[in-house]
Amino acid sequence: MPTDTDTPLKTTPLTAAHIALGARMVPFAGYSMPVQYPDGVMKEHLWTREHAGIFDVSHMGQARLRGVAPLSAFEEVVPGDYIGLKPGRQKYSVLLNRTGGIVDDLMAGRPVTALGTGDDGLFVVVNGACKDGDFRLIDEELAGQVTIERLENRALIALQGPEAAAVFQHYAPAAAQMVFMDIRLMTAFGVDLIVSRSGYTGEDGYEISVPAAAADDVWNILLSDPRVRPIGLGARDSLRLEAGLPLYGHDLDETVSPVEAGLTFAINKNRREQRDFPGASRIARELAEDPARVKVCLRVLEGAPAREGAEVADATGAVVGVVTSGGYSPVLKGGIALAFVPPACKAPGTPLKVIVRGKPQAAEVVTSPFVPHRYVRNVG
Amino acid sequence: MRFTKDHEWVVLEGDIATIGISAHAAEQLGDVVFVETPEVGKTVKAGDSFAVVESVKAASDVYAPIGGEVVDANPVLGDAPETVNADPENGGWFAKLKVADASEYEALMDRAAYETFLQTQ
Repeated sequence: MPTDTDTPLKTTPLTAAHIALGARMVPFAGYSMPVQYPDGVMKEHLWTREHAGIFDVSHMGQARLRGVAPLSAFEEVVPGDYIGLKPGRQKYSVLLNRTGGIVDDLMAGRPVTALGTGDDGLFVVVNGACKDGDFRLIDEELAGQVTIERLENRALIALQGPEAAAVFQHYAPAAAQMVFMDIRLMTAFGVDLIVSRSGYTGEDGYEISVPAAAADDVWNILLSDPRVRPIGLGARDSLRLEAGLPLYGHDLDETVSPVEAGLTFAINKNRREQRDFPGASRIARELAEDPARVKVCLRVLEGAPAREGAEVADATGAVVGVVTSGGYSPVLKGGIALAFVPPACKAPGTPLKVIVRGKPQAAEVVTSPFVPHRYVRNVG
Repeated sequence: MRFTKDHEWVVLEGDIATIGISAHAAEQLGDVVFVETPEVGKTVKAGDSFAVVESVKAASDVYAPIGGEVVDANPVLGDAPETVNADPENGGWFAKLKVADASEYEALMDRAAYETFLQTQ
């Protein structure tokens, strides 16, 4: 994304905490963000897979959409079934342009208390680099139907990993009743929180929206648990890649449709039949036939990791696609990548080549995710 | 041992230069997961990109501090790239060159000058 060097970087309510922890800060989405702490990307990654990592994702855009019928209004810009979304649940979706390209990917939910009260429109979280454009688009497309309250006075903290639930539930017992993609209003640490059981690492965990003034306290209390270490954007990227999750601006952009990106699960059945979302004709055609290109997961079987921009060739050596994000998997100890290739090359087991610095290296299509997800879908 | 502003080191013994990346560079890169060493027989000029070192996050070029012909590449780094982190200025060497012009070596920073240079970064 473009970085305007004339514009000072924004900070989050946790910037001082990162600096105090010895983080290496880098520009990201217009913010100064921690790319890694003294542990480094490899240790941070493996710690999150084995214990619990805490992430500052306050650069992301949080907002409330309110109106007479905010769920049906929201369906005008996304292909998901939000009218059918129950209180206390959230759903992943994509904001679409009129040709069915992805403007951003997002989470939108209906947080309520344990008693079911507090339902108040849609709580939406979008990518930091896209947030101004996203909310402008929603405002224009849904003018007169919803009002957008941007929650810029709230930080967002992710706690992820197999020990994240035990750590968080110690302070927020109500969170123990939640399953993957539940979203609740609750009081913990003496403040009001919006908590979802979700994340972007493939692990169990929570994303915790907290008033900015309390962010430092919540961060430090969670970090005081020996099971928790701070994790930077470097490991956040390698964790989401192992989980097979696409990253906006890399694997997703305004030319890529949700069918091409392997996000057909986000296009609900009733919406497919209704064809009432932006770009519906393209998306219906791609669902019926095959799109020209599809996202696949690749294991790089030899040589260097293939990174974004590396060409993908078929067995004959013909270039057929491109890597949109790639790197080294600390769990699999080898190169992994997301790439776009013709549907003829999408079957798991298909041998392909990735071209790194001019050299073809053996690669193979594998099923997503690279590392199994560990979402909690049932509780006690 | 001499150093470059790109954080390579070089040691000259007779006309053979051994080259690696400095402890500072290894620390900055973080965990090294892959090293591409140059092919033996290749001729490089000072400043040419002649190797690549990769961390989890990114790939970085390594530049030849001095010109010459590659006569050896560290075989350990193929299976144990982490040697670059564990022993950057010794066992983690990248390649050996047969040097054409030893005066290029004399022009590089000694350790004291490199330490001073790092302070300015």
